Amino acid sequence: MTPRKATVLVRPKQGILDPQGEAVQRSLRKLGFDVGSVRVGRVLDIELDDAGDGDAHEQLERMCRELLANPLIESFEIRLGDA
Amino acid sequence: MTTRPLVAVVQFPGSNDDHDAAWALRSVGAEPVLVWHEEATLPPGTGAVVLPGGFSYGDYLRTGAMASLAPAMRAVRAFAAEGGPVLGICNGFQILCEARLLPGVLRSNRELEFVCRDAVIRVENAGTLFTRRCSPGQELVLPIKHGEGAWYVDEGTYVQLAARGQLVFRYAEDVNGSLGNVAGVVDERGNVLGLMPHPEHAVDPLLGSADGGLLLAALVDAAAEHLLAAA
Repeated sequence: MTPRKATVLVRPKQGILDPQGEAVQRSLRKLGFDVGSVRVGRVLDIELDDAGDGDAHEQLERMCRELLANPLIESFEIRLGDA
Repeated sequence: MTTRPLVAVVQFPGSNDDHDAAWALRSVGAEPVLVWHEEATLPPGTGAVVLPGGFSYGDYLRTGAMASLAPAMRAVRAFAAEGGPVLGICNGFQILCEARLLPGVLRSNRELEFVCRDAVIRVENAGTLFTRRCSPGQELVLPIKHGEGAWYVDEGTYVQLAARGQLVFRYAEDVNGSLGNVAGVVDERGNVLGLMPHPEHAVDPLLGSADGGLLLAALVDAAAEHLLAAA
């Protein structure tokens, strides 16, 4: 069985202060770029060794809730693709 | 029977204040025992648990996130559920929040700077297991040293926690962007406390302050009481 590939995007929730994003924005402005705002998140590329079609998304959601994102401050988005 | 209550200090890969915590606990009358994070149980006769400071798992993903899943944390969770006193210091506080044993989360300091200095901490609630040796409003001088110490919860939870006296310590000034300048939080039941400042580095006046001894000695009292209640 070919592994299924997934990408999980974790972002600071809307309205949550992101000091890292602000620092990057200031640096981009120093370089002369006209940047309104920057938010810094995280990308996780995941290979699922053994997941049927149905439960891959559900498994990834559980991963996000139990470890990959902290629901207090982060939102997540799951993109499921084929290997 | 030993007169020194046993206090377990859990060591994670990347803990670095474990030995300081053990040393300080011994200086205030405890019998400290170091417990490796892969242990699934606490030593028999454990009266209290300390999660020490450090950088468990190199702060990968989020501070405390990996350590919160360690086998020893299952034992700590069970210990807390039966009323056992648990103290998380710095990284230990971050771990307790990630384990959801305490409300909120510790985020990067507002200015993204690692702060490392003595700070003045006000005791907002002197009625907890951990602050019984302090007086209400007492100001303690304790060292802080962290990059992710800005505690955060949503506004509704904040109001609830404040009303219930769970926001036990506040910095006298803004040191890291922490919501309400909160430096330490206790759980609803009152037996799990986390704080960013380091009481274990402040148990000898020769090193600048002995105020941390007030908190650690109270923990040792609580450990003795817990063992007595269990006996």
